[in-house]
Amino acid sequence: MTVSQMPGPGMLDDVAVQRSWHGAAWKLIRRQPLGAAGLAVVLVMIFMAVFAEAITPFEPEANSFEFMLAPPDGQFWLGTDQFGRDIWTRIIFGARTALYVGFVAAFIGAGAGLVLGVGSAYFGGLFDLLFQRVMDVFMAFPLIILALAVVSILGAGTSNVIIAITIPFIPHCARVVRSSALAIREIPYVDAARAMGFSHRRIILRHMVPNVMAPFLIMLTTFVGQAILLEASLSYLGLGVQEPTPAWGLMLQGGAEEFAESAPWVAIFPGLAITLAVFAFNLFGDALRDVLDPKLRAR
Amino acid sequence: MRFNGLKKAAMAGLGAAIGAGFALTAAAETPKMGGILDFVVAGQIPSYDGHLETTFAMIHPIRPFYSLLIRVNPDNPSSPTDFVCDVCEGAVPNPTDDGKTYVFKIRTDVTFHNGAPLSSKDVKASFDKIAFPPEGIASARRTFFKMVDSITAPDDTTVVFKLKYASGAFIPAVATPFNFIYSKDDLDKHGYHWHEKNINGSGAFMFVQHQPGAFTEGKRYPGYHLKGKPYLDGFKAIEAPKMAIRLQAIRGDRAAIEFRGFPPKARDDLVAALGDKITVQESDWNCGLYFTPNHTRKPFDDVRVRKALTLAVDRWGGSKYLSQIAIVKTVGGIAFPNHPLAATKEELQQLAGYSTDIKASRAEAMRLLKEAGAEGLEFTLLNRAVDQPYKVVGTWLIDQWRQVGLKVKQDAKPTGPFFDSLRKSKDFDVSMDFNCQSVVNPLVDVSKFLGSAGNNYGQYKDPLMEDLYDKMNREGDPKKVRQYMRQYEKQALDEQAHMGLTLWWYKINPHRSYVKGWKIAPSHYLNQSLDNVWLDK
Repeated sequence: MTVSQMPGPGMLDDVAVQRSWHGAAWKLIRRQPLGAAGLAVVLVMIFMAVFAEAITPFEPEANSFEFMLAPPDGQFWLGTDQFGRDIWTRIIFGARTALYVGFVAAFIGAGAGLVLGVGSAYFGGLFDLLFQRVMDVFMAFPLIILALAVVSILGAGTSNVIIAITIPFIPHCARVVRSSALAIREIPYVDAARAMGFSHRRIILRHMVPNVMAPFLIMLTTFVGQAILLEASLSYLGLGVQEPTPAWGLMLQGGAEEFAESAPWVAIFPGLAITLAVFAFNLFGDALRDVLDPKLRAR
Repeated sequence: MRFNGLKKAAMAGLGAAIGAGFALTAAAETPKMGGILDFVVAGQIPSYDGHLETTFAMIHPIRPFYSLLIRVNPDNPSSPTDFVCDVCEGAVPNPTDDGKTYVFKIRTDVTFHNGAPLSSKDVKASFDKIAFPPEGIASARRTFFKMVDSITAPDDTTVVFKLKYASGAFIPAVATPFNFIYSKDDLDKHGYHWHEKNINGSGAFMFVQHQPGAFTEGKRYPGYHLKGKPYLDGFKAIEAPKMAIRLQAIRGDRAAIEFRGFPPKARDDLVAALGDKITVQESDWNCGLYFTPNHTRKPFDDVRVRKALTLAVDRWGGSKYLSQIAIVKTVGGIAFPNHPLAATKEELQQLAGYSTDIKASRAEAMRLLKEAGAEGLEFTLLNRAVDQPYKVVGTWLIDQWRQVGLKVKQDAKPTGPFFDSLRKSKDFDVSMDFNCQSVVNPLVDVSKFLGSAGNNYGQYKDPLMEDLYDKMNREGDPKKVRQYMRQYEKQALDEQAHMGLTLWWYKINPHRSYVKGWKIAPSHYLNQSLDNVWLDK
């Protein structure tokens, strides 16, 4: 109910404290050390993805067969793959692919879920009943199965992978958001807004959506981690991003079977990158939930 | 450093294993009777009908149940010209009537597994089905027998093939391992689809059971016409689509061999782990890996662009490195390498894209692209979503094209959708393409380059190539045939650059050293009757 509250003196103190970013960061580290660690990893990933060209001297897609399957050393920190491509470079550029797919799929999926979930709760009745049955159908399938089905229809490639991951996210977010929105719909200020003749759009966007932001943000961060994992899974299965584009799941596919014994670094480091990224987003999401949930915050 | 040590050990082991393999093969060994051969197959059986199918996934488990009229010599399968009789008698016949008539005498001691004797009527009925199938009956090798005018069986032990014109392609076509001899009674009683789901052959082994997705079992046929064979009591063909599982099966001795072939690293790992318990056989493979531009799509309708695509590819350099990570190796032209009809290295180097001066070739490629207004062209390479060798070579090819300024994405599709894109929707810019044949028969194999061929996906018409192909197949003088082959090759790979050849496949079969009597052939379809195989246990 942040919209209807006037800031009290204590809250103004909080705002004053948050003006200092390092103070806020310290507070986060102190209260949520794991979440802060997750956030740090996420920020490092974003930095790597944005400044990939400046971080590494190698080209991620260029073959250099004279260095094929070189073990980790001073020149190639994480070794090279069967095409002589530097694995560290491909992991850095792979972060770009992972984050691009992760953020786009998560934002679109969660955004659509937010609108549909709040709309379903607000309008209720037959619309809500039918809409939720449709959501039930989608939610009956595990995420990966639904994504596999979509990508097998649309075909492989980055854009199709984003669509394939986004579609299963929508009902999951809509269902969570709807449950919060149902409670908010019964609060008098929504009735008051209706009585004052505000449009449905205004009531939904101005009065209901801001009040379901806490669960929404938690879903959003969780979705980013899930999307990265799904993208890696699809690429590993050969249904996602295609060679020579650097992508972690694809790197795992190229090396996992054939070079597991003779050049294990080909599979190990992309696997670690996926694990670390998903772990980081989950830690950050958990911390965010703890911060935004008043009950957990009180503890 | 540990990995370097492992590599050295692997290579030393590999050398020892190959050496040991050759030494053992050279020594005369007495076959031992008995035992069950377990082998792994990287695919599922689509149907049991050899006349219909084209895949090793059917040949490996099903071929042992059937006999052929003639076959490649199992003791010398690497030769493209050494054929021996199977159900025919004596030597493979020489033609009469200016090369237009072949008379085969059929053995009288061959029986089908249901006890019925095999006669010339069965041979005629089988080849009629293959060469002249009735309307609505598919025959995958019908075009192999374009030269056949008629097949007759004047008596129970004679089959006569009359040709429209003399052709060196005829005998290799007859020896194709898919040409199973079916019982005429079965065809007459049950129809032409019966063999898709039923087996009644006269091969070395009798069908026991097939559990789809799991295994196929066969047991020794005591009435087999080659006396004293087979040596095995039976076999079990285990279906295992994933390479890791097939490798582990051999490593753990749950299977003794895989007949299709493994990539070099897998061979090295097996040899490093098992030493002299593994024997490695290697051979050139009668499979060419191509790229085919879609001639109906701009700018690939422009020969300059197509020629630039082939000029950009460093085949000699690629062979050196790709042969370490993929099942490709040999640089060659359109005919099987080292065949009398194949181009020599000097002849190859006259073709676009085969020069050893790759810098000059790429400079010419960039000039042609500029001239055609296709500098920095962006397109998608359609590929088959199979690692070996398609995706590995596809990824290499994209890098080759990158070096002349082309920006290429890859769209790797599972086998079904891949063929749909090639054959039905034809919605591709450039596609990976291949030509895998069984018996080495360049006169037939190179039909792939004809725009009119059923397995050509470039969508072009080239009357000159059709004419050259026809002349080549009707010519009796080997020297002139070779000349026609060079002209045909020049037109296909250089003048019109209809398609580009990357590298020829290379077959590597590491197997348990106790498997004896099986010799590698230049095709994964050949030498799979298993009647010569025995276990030294």
